[in-house]
Amino acid sequence: MTVQQLTEKLNLKVYGGKKGLGNEISGGYVSDLLSDVMGNADTGEVWITLQTHKNVMAIASLKDLAAIILVNNHQPEEDTLNQANEEGIPLLGTHMGTFEITGKLYELIK
Amino acid sequence: MQQYRADLHIHTLLSPCGDLEMSPANIVEVAAQKKIEILGIADHNSTKHALLIQKLAAEKGIFALCGAEVTTREEVHCLTFFENIDALNQFQQYLNEHITKVKNNPKYFGHQVVVDEQEMIVEEIEYLLISALDQSIEQVEKKVHELDGLFIPAHIDRPKYSLTSQLGFVPPDIKADALEISRHTTKEEVLKKFPYLQSFTFTTSSDAHFPDDIGKKVCIFEMEALNFQEIKMALRGEKGRKVSF
Repeated sequence: MTVQQLTEKLNLKVYGGKKGLGNEISGGYVSDLLSDVMGNADTGEVWITLQTHKNVMAIASLKDLAAIILVNNHQPEEDTLNQANEEGIPLLGTHMGTFEITGKLYELIK
Repeated sequence: MQQYRADLHIHTLLSPCGDLEMSPANIVEVAAQKKIEILGIADHNSTKHALLIQKLAAEKGIFALCGAEVTTREEVHCLTFFENIDALNQFQQYLNEHITKVKNNPKYFGHQVVVDEQEMIVEEIEYLLISALDQSIEQVEKKVHELDGLFIPAHIDRPKYSLTSQLGFVPPDIKADALEISRHTTKEEVLKKFPYLQSFTFTTSSDAHFPDDIGKKVCIFEMEALNFQEIKMALRGEKGRKVSF
């Protein structure tokens, strides 16, 4: 499944990084500790988090993640959004909490 | 140039995790015994013991930096210090406005009390002081610098509540007056891992929660006199002032 298809199925907001909407999704990773994501997330995964700091984009780029989903209507900070556009990594958002969005993502890609 | 021994990260009994023996009077007493000349008073998200300690410390020739250890929205701990009462009060107001207010349960977290010089309780803080603010690390940094304060991300090497644990790495453009490393590492080790931090000043401290911890780790400030502006210059490495450990 591509990120584009995912945004349609889960009705996700696309804040930025539209260039990467064609990225293929290989799985998901859920964590709010960026050190943990840096150590344990894998290429092509969708990362679900409430962190909005610009380091999120640096780590997504480093780990070659497919996309990021911000939960609970968290808005990205301006420099985070700029970096998403620069890197071309989709920065997505939902009103859902982590539990709910993770369950839905799991159902779609398991 | 004079050399001054500094322990810049001390919790009082106001912090829920601070030992009951960490009263303002006792902290100053122990600091004097251990020949500490600069104390950094940094309770979790509160400045309410700082001024009393500054007063008691001054009587013993110790200079106390008044501030707090702030928990940012990302749950990064940052030391903040201010030069005067006005700035300190404005910052306390900012903390009051932005901390997530959750009722403290002393059974789990400990009591959060403000005491006077005679160690009589004058106030108990009802909401949990270790909660996070709703402000990002950049917003906190900006507020501190608007008030001409010092902004020092705490124990950046630690696996909990640090820049590296919460945000993966130190943002290279962070406007920090210094970066604090814990007693568990050295400056060399940190620079090996993050060579781009070469231009930052580093501090280290005891992060004392118990009297015995005070002064367990100190840094040396080399400067002309003992005051806030000189400390600021030393952190910036200006005019021959410096910090080492």
